[in-house]
Amino acid sequence: MAALTREDVLEIARLARLHLEDDEVERLRGELSAILVHMERLAEVDTDGVEPMTHAVPMQLRLRADEPGAALPVEDAVGQAPDRADDFFQVPHILRPAGSGDGRGGAGGPT
Amino acid sequence: MSEPLHYLPATELARRVRARELSALELLRATLDRIGAADPHLGAFLHVDADGAERQAAAVDQALARRDDPGPLAGVPIALKDVIVTGGVPTTAGSRILAGWVPPASYSATVVERLRAAGAVLVGKLNLDEFAMGSSNENSAFHPVRNPWDLERVPGGSSGGAAAAVAAGLCAGALGTDTGGSIRQPAALCGVVGLKPTYGRVPRYGVVAFASSLDQVGPLARTVGDAALLFEAIAGFDPRDSTSIQEPAPRLADALTRGARGLRIGRPRELELPGVDLEVTAAVDAALDVLTHLGATVTDVSLPHAAYWLPAYYLVAPAEASSNLARYDGVRYGMRAGPPEQSLNDMYARTRGAGFGAEVKRRIMLGTFALRSGYYDAYYRKAQQVRALIARDHERAFAEVDLIATPTSPTPAFRLGEKTQDPVTMYLTDVFTMGAPLAGLPAISVPCGFTPEGLPVGLQLTARALDEATLLRAAAAYEQATDHGLRHPPEQNLAGEGRA
Amino acid sequence: MTGRWQPVIGLEVHVQLATRSKAFSGAPAGFGAPPNSQCDPVVLALPGSLPVFNRGALELALRLGLACGSRIRQVSRFARKHYFYPDLPKGYQISQYDEPLCDGGTIEVELGGSTRSVQLRRIHLEEDAGKNLHQPGGRASHVDLNRAGVPLIEVVSEPDLFSAEEAAEYMRVLRQLCRWLDLSGGDMEKGQLRCDANVSLRAVGSTELGTRAELKNINSFKFVHHAIEHEIARQARILDQGGTVVQETRLWDSVAGVSHSMRSKEEAMDYRYFPDPDLPPLAVGDDVIERVRASLPELPAARRARWRGELGLSDDDARHLASDRAVADRFDAALAAHGGGAAAAKPIANWILGEKDAAQSTVAPAHVAELVRLVETGTISGQTGKDVWAEMAATGEAPTAIVERRGLTQVRDEGALEAACAEAIAAHPTEAASFRAGKPALIGFFVGQVMKRTGGRADPKLVNQILRRLLSTDGASR
Repeated sequence: MAALTREDVLEIARLARLHLEDDEVERLRGELSAILVHMERLAEVDTDGVEPMTHAVPMQLRLRADEPGAALPVEDAVGQAPDRADDFFQVPHILRPAGSGDGRGGAGGPT
Repeated sequence: MSEPLHYLPATELARRVRARELSALELLRATLDRIGAADPHLGAFLHVDADGAERQAAAVDQALARRDDPGPLAGVPIALKDVIVTGGVPTTAGSRILAGWVPPASYSATVVERLRAAGAVLVGKLNLDEFAMGSSNENSAFHPVRNPWDLERVPGGSSGGAAAAVAAGLCAGALGTDTGGSIRQPAALCGVVGLKPTYGRVPRYGVVAFASSLDQVGPLARTVGDAALLFEAIAGFDPRDSTSIQEPAPRLADALTRGARGLRIGRPRELELPGVDLEVTAAVDAALDVLTHLGATVTDVSLPHAAYWLPAYYLVAPAEASSNLARYDGVRYGMRAGPPEQSLNDMYARTRGAGFGAEVKRRIMLGTFALRSGYYDAYYRKAQQVRALIARDHERAFAEVDLIATPTSPTPAFRLGEKTQDPVTMYLTDVFTMGAPLAGLPAISVPCGFTPEGLPVGLQLTARALDEATLLRAAAAYEQATDHGLRHPPEQNLAGEGRA
Repeated sequence: MTGRWQPVIGLEVHVQLATRSKAFSGAPAGFGAPPNSQCDPVVLALPGSLPVFNRGALELALRLGLACGSRIRQVSRFARKHYFYPDLPKGYQISQYDEPLCDGGTIEVELGGSTRSVQLRRIHLEEDAGKNLHQPGGRASHVDLNRAGVPLIEVVSEPDLFSAEEAAEYMRVLRQLCRWLDLSGGDMEKGQLRCDANVSLRAVGSTELGTRAELKNINSFKFVHHAIEHEIARQARILDQGGTVVQETRLWDSVAGVSHSMRSKEEAMDYRYFPDPDLPPLAVGDDVIERVRASLPELPAARRARWRGELGLSDDDARHLASDRAVADRFDAALAAHGGGAAAAKPIANWILGEKDAAQSTVAPAHVAELVRLVETGTISGQTGKDVWAEMAATGEAPTAIVERRGLTQVRDEGALEAACAEAIAAHPTEAASFRAGKPALIGFFVGQVMKRTGGRADPKLVNQILRRLLSTDGASR
């Protein structure tokens, strides 16, 4: 695989919501490319028919009874928010056309 | 014992407190004095909770006065790596992005609740590599930790603060976390015992997640007996952690006295690596000779995919980390950066750009890359397949042996700044420790000697899943036959004006 | 169809499950609580928090899967779906990707007298996000996480609907099914049911799919039809002019009655799905499936068919009775209490359908049955029955008790009735003469008179017979 380009780095940073200064972009481009060279060794390994190991010890999901427990007091929930308005978390807006409410069916978010 | 109070084993301290030869409050005061005097040289602590500890110590003494049983860790001063959430006490994960965060009083890690129930006195939070990502504790957002054996050197990481504090007698034991070696490697570099349990043995509820399928909480202590005591106090099923296993807690008292006779120990031939310090090799060879004299047999085994531990680990762990760290976004807690009139996306990017250090950003980027659509199959999924093969390697080896032995670290403690130029150089320090977490297996590091410069060396043993007992059995037998544990860091490093 | 274009529609419907606690933690679930009062460390995504899955959510999801005839996977997995938004605390949603709980299944849609099985692609489990409330002035948003973590199921249809009417009917049937199975209140305005529509057009007769646009923010039932129609028309206009439809997401604006492009679907919304390492695979054994299957109530379609077939109820009556499970159960209970089988079905149906709000009725099914018996045995007249019903509804008293207490029993004693008839005839000789002279409609007048004299309790049929006999035996020639 070719080394990462500057565009690759910027795109990954966008997906991860990480602001990078110009010098960081170039440094990361070099570092990540070098790291990925090591990772590519994995392609040598024959993994035909091998199930990915997603859990270290085989286990089945345990279920919890549908019993409501205590909620945190509201002050504990919002008390350490960097910005709040009454009992809400307050954040900068994201642009939306007027009259469109939440803008999402289901729970699938925007950008 | 002629040891000063701060170097006594936890087992002995608990005995004295329970026998009322020593009050928990006295012990706490001695501990706080020691921390006050020595920590300025080390930088091991991020927060000392004197008030909380005093309340806990007083409660232990009061229970004893009433002839109630305060628990097996009565009065023992323990400290916690700062990824372990403590309600009402600041928890930072070593990161600016959580600076100032105080968890709600009702929210503490399960391991914290268990230690308290056992009567331990929790004295504070220990420094670490940010979000447990690192092998030298140089990635802490606050300040590095220095190795008590040589203040110009690193203690190892990511549980560097825990290893340094235990080695220097600032507490009787500590809890760290291990994802790729973060308990064992610093334990080796600081000359203490460090145990990574089988995955799922110790609950992760309330432990800041780095890589969910690899993270485990475990003890660092000065003796094998202490490590066993702490492990027993924290292990066991927790319904709040869906990856917590329901196996009954192991019986360890037996293990500590059983001796090493009959144990089969394997040395993986694929891990006879160039680049391992000669002094490390010598110490490990000598340790295995001791075990042979004690009745164990040492043979060769094969772990065919050992060369792929590093690439598999450095794809799986960062991928899971990139996901686990998505919640640090400046909305509900922690730091927020940028001017009030910024857009939402700018708020996210600036907060995370300023709040995360370089190594964390590097791993988030790597992990995001590995999960990207179009790359997922060749990177993350491939790494998980190789991981399955690594686990299979270990299973096959354990058909022939009971323990797998390697050095814990290829070198003793290196100098501050020595390996920070190139990330991969740092990653290679974990070359021996990544196998156990990838396979979900328990592993321990025990002090096995010193270099001529007086730097500790660690021996790593790995066992079958759920077989911590065999690890402790071999470690205890070795410890009893040697006296490395009686040697402590030079006291002159810990006296006078600090510079950490 | 719009000229030469055939619409093809697939619907993705999110159903909020009515559990008492959230999908992955014990925080309480429920509409209308004060902001951020239903949060716990897991909901807030505090560092170190971990998910534990709610058994109740699984049961409800299985109910729908089984009711639709889906194949239930023995092992399914949760996956993380990543994106950044303030109402998504973890920065990812726990959902299902490669291995959903249910594959396939069908929903029966009836339009214009014919029924079609609409194919489902899958049904899977996931968690809801919180609410992001944009503040006037456009500078800030307020976030309430009460809804974050509430369990959802997503029902995905194949692109197997071919008109806005069909789509709306599909939604109606799905909603009814969800309410029927007690999964959800199904109230779109409360967000308990949410609909995204994938709409494309293709040339009539073609089997290939056209480029689709995704319509979001359809937040009430009436907009399902409206928004889809609007989209079909929009795409038809583009295609008629020789243009190409852009694959994109469009937001429905119910105020303006139009949709706006939100983003191009091609612009990477890379969710970076991977199996959630905090949640081992979900195993659903045959025993669980059979237990849930056995607990399913008789479904609406089956119940309507049974009523039509065994009881001879009309289509219309069957539909109305089956509109709500509480009403349907009421009907069946009353029928069972009556014990008389098909003959009682229509009268019972009439009473229940006549109720203003059958689901909230205070009249016990057994009492409905009793009332019907009283009328059918002639103990009381139909007219009296209406009075008795009113009193039953007001007081909850049993009909027989009311009839006895108020002495409402129908008078059928021929002797007494004959006397009353004779009096009525004697009191109105002119009308009697007119009747005999050839005005048969006047029988109604005399029946009325006898009813007055008997306080409305005379058996009208008998009265009618007796009057005719008396009026003719008085020697009139007719």
